[in-house]
Amino acid sequence: MNISLTLLMALPLLGAAVLAALPKTNALLAKQIAFGSTILVALTTIAIAVSFERDNINLQFVESHQWIPSFGINYAVGLDGISLVLILMTTLLAPIVVLAGWNESQSGRWSTKTFYILILILEMMAIGVFAATDVFLFYVFFEAMLVPVYFLIGGYGTGERSAAAVKFLLYSLFGGLLMLASIIGLYVLSGSQGGHTFDTQALSQLQMSSTTQNLLFLGFFIAFAIKAPLWPFHTWLPDAADSATPGTSVLLLGVLDKVGTFGMIRYCLTLFPDATKTFTPTIIVLSVISIVYGAFLAIGQKDIKRLIAFTSISHFGFITMGIFAMTSQGHSGATLYMFNHGFSTAALFLVAGWMISRRGSSTIADFGGLQRVTPVLAWAFFFAGMSSLALPGLSSFVSEFLVLVGTYTRYPVAAIIATFGIVLAALYILIPVQRALHGPTTAGNENLSDLTLREKVAITPVVVIILFLGFYPSPLLKVINPAATHVISQLGFSDPAPTQLGGK
Amino acid sequence: MTFSAPILNYTILSPILIILAGALIGVIIEAFVSKAFRPLVQLILTVGTLLLALVQVFRIRGTESVTAAMGSVIFDGPGFLLQTAILIISIISVFLIADNENFTALAAAIPGSVEEQESIQQGNKVTEVYPLTLFAVAGMLLFPISSDLITLFVALEMLSLPLYLMAGLSRRRRLLSQEAALKYFLLGAFSSAFFLFGAAYLYGYSGDITFAGIRDSVVGGSGNDIFLLIGIAFVSIGLLFKVGAVPFHAWSPDVYQGAPTAVTAFMAAATKVAAFGAMLRIFYTVFANAQWSWTPLLSGIAIITMLFGSFVAIAQRDVKRMLAYSSIAHAGFLLAGVIALNKAGLSASIFYLFAYGIATVGAFAVVTLVRDSSGEVTDLNRWAGLGKRSPWVATVFAFFLLAFAGIPLTSGFIGKFSIFSAAYESGAKGVVIAGVLSSAIAAFFYIRVIVLMFFTDSHEDATTVVIPSVLTRITVIFSFVITVALGVYPAPLIDFINKFATFIR
Repeated sequence: MNISLTLLMALPLLGAAVLAALPKTNALLAKQIAFGSTILVALTTIAIAVSFERDNINLQFVESHQWIPSFGINYAVGLDGISLVLILMTTLLAPIVVLAGWNESQSGRWSTKTFYILILILEMMAIGVFAATDVFLFYVFFEAMLVPVYFLIGGYGTGERSAAAVKFLLYSLFGGLLMLASIIGLYVLSGSQGGHTFDTQALSQLQMSSTTQNLLFLGFFIAFAIKAPLWPFHTWLPDAADSATPGTSVLLLGVLDKVGTFGMIRYCLTLFPDATKTFTPTIIVLSVISIVYGAFLAIGQKDIKRLIAFTSISHFGFITMGIFAMTSQGHSGATLYMFNHGFSTAALFLVAGWMISRRGSSTIADFGGLQRVTPVLAWAFFFAGMSSLALPGLSSFVSEFLVLVGTYTRYPVAAIIATFGIVLAALYILIPVQRALHGPTTAGNENLSDLTLREKVAITPVVVIILFLGFYPSPLLKVINPAATHVISQLGFSDPAPTQLGGK
Repeated sequence: MTFSAPILNYTILSPILIILAGALIGVIIEAFVSKAFRPLVQLILTVGTLLLALVQVFRIRGTESVTAAMGSVIFDGPGFLLQTAILIISIISVFLIADNENFTALAAAIPGSVEEQESIQQGNKVTEVYPLTLFAVAGMLLFPISSDLITLFVALEMLSLPLYLMAGLSRRRRLLSQEAALKYFLLGAFSSAFFLFGAAYLYGYSGDITFAGIRDSVVGGSGNDIFLLIGIAFVSIGLLFKVGAVPFHAWSPDVYQGAPTAVTAFMAAATKVAAFGAMLRIFYTVFANAQWSWTPLLSGIAIITMLFGSFVAIAQRDVKRMLAYSSIAHAGFLLAGVIALNKAGLSASIFYLFAYGIATVGAFAVVTLVRDSSGEVTDLNRWAGLGKRSPWVATVFAFFLLAFAGIPLTSGFIGKFSIFSAAYESGAKGVVIAGVLSSAIAAFFYIRVIVLMFFTDSHEDATTVVIPSVLTRITVIFSFVITVALGVYPAPLIDFINKFATFIR
């Protein structure tokens, strides 16, 4: 059988169908099937990545079938370097999440089997959302994937889970509906200029007045800014991350939120180049605010899950800044950042999840001296923290550096302020590391158990990927760079020469 | 003076005639068949009649005629599509009506009286509801294909009068049901009066009661414009009342709540198709050239209707009232299709009417299943935890709600997309933006119900879900399948509608 994106999307769905046919009582078998399916999907993605031609800037693995011909809607998928990297991230994270959160579904309202059906459906939709080259298809996945996440948070989370789930859903729906208005606008415009279509390529050729372009841009951008989330659209994220299970949080912050930043590149930039130029300064300012604000709030958090959520807001600020800096380094950095952030957040959330489930509390103050009691767990947390603060030698350093370099050449002030974000990152990571891992062992922590074999197996690939890409990021950059340069040149930008250093 | 017999084209009128014949036979059955057999005989007769009419409508598809009944009926593609939709919705609604748990034993008995007790003990059933349904269906079939004001008015009354009666037949909470019926009747009578008043002005304006004649006057622009404006305004009021648009919506929450749920389903879905069908025909053909005088007003009504329906629905504590306000909001979305005034708008409206009608019947069918010892439970708080006790019923209901909210992969999304894009294309951007915003607001209360069902623990006085009867089960499953299918692969139906959706004049 030929490897195709449709096959890749069919695999998790097939897994979900098998799960649906299982009896409810056999939870172990459900977990094994879910794990097997995600592994299979990951292997298929790797096969796709291997046969992907890196230097070809055209879309690859293209498939297109008519879906609703009278509206010009196609089922059209394809890959460029950026979407390939994000799909790779998604499918690599999925088995790790399943393995790491082996017992996550136990505190849920429904059966284990339902939990994994939702996860697999979410995985399928995440692949679809990154692969879609038809705006309508993208929108369908974009909105439909809210439903499984909603039930994952509301059904299997902790604390105020249903309130958090509703907040998440309403924010996202609101943004999605604004985007729908813009999509309708594009559809009508395309109808008046040579026939209704939703093909991204064709839509980017549309002629429109600058007012129209600005309004349509905002419809898309706000939807993506809510998803990403960018300050001031971020308020749903801490609640959602707080209530969701660690595995769901990884998928939510690591995969789902990337749809926002991915959408900015794929849709905001390519469809509305002029509006992008108009709004770039504003967006750079918002990104810088996100970086600093997220970092400050992270420092002030007492709850470990909320802390990670706020660090992510700061990181998403970096990604957005990299995208809108309009330089090829910035773009490559932002895409690489998306990939790396997926794994460093996964590490943080999964390890924090193990700490929380052992201690029965997510307050940082309840931990202390874990280094002595559970050394492997403590080292894992320390490593995840270092990855989050972008320690040189770890993968996130490369991407953060690229983003800052890329931004500096065009927006030096923004880049300088953002650099303070790195200093703040040291604070928000080292403070919990110090409080939770070092010092005397506080009461209640004496008998915590260290990582089990399953947990060690789950975290190992994350550690390996973070280390490997920290020292040798070029395999990924070689895939990303052509696509990033292509996007920038399409927009009519060229990289400004650095003014002070003279040459690269 | 000579009297010439009217020339009728029986082929084109046949669906309506079949329904009327079925209704009359139903009346005779009431008189002559023994009580024990009546429910079954009536059910078979009604469903059979509806199916026969459906087959007949399908056979005459593609024929077009303006002279079917001396120029008072016009049959064309949209007429065929709307009649098909009405018949399909009616059939699945009749399946719900067949569940006799819904209806009073003796409508004439005073609530709580000895007479009522006796008739309940004797196991009486109001089988009159079947012929009443058929009469209403006949009116609905005629409504969107009328081509003069008198026929339109007759059809309006023909579909309304049986519904007034049916609204008062509820088995439980009979006073509420009777109050609803009276309210519906009084307000309906007012709106009919408004309609007639407007019709008189249109006659005064053009000297003609046929649509073609009025249209010619509008195009020629010879008459007195004041008369035309008054005429359009009052005829619109009559029609807007039937679809439940703000500010003519006041009856709908009470009637939706008070009427037996099966009747609510029928009324909410089928009446809306018929009334919007007539409205589309009038505004697309008769008043199209006076666009400048009614689009601003109708846009305003559409925007208010969407926003009002969505906002007020948030405060509802009763599932039927909530669905009533949601249907008000949907009336606003449908008005966007009327305002669009282009071919895309017509196709989109017909698609939306069908998709929404099916989902509505399905949602109300689920409502009939949630009961306690004293009948249906519509208090939302007592729906808490339904997802735990009856996951399938709750899932299906949640799916219908997601369709109402317009989430992708449901029929509601395709409907919303097509109707908004048609409105946007015609330049009604304000309506589209209001529509999108009110969809966001509406999502809030649909999701609240989902939260209640799945994420809230149930109270002690928990409701149970009864095992659905075979017919109710068919309705629920059919509605569910159609709602999914139209969300995932709507292309065949859209193409089919596009093929037929052109008004002839």
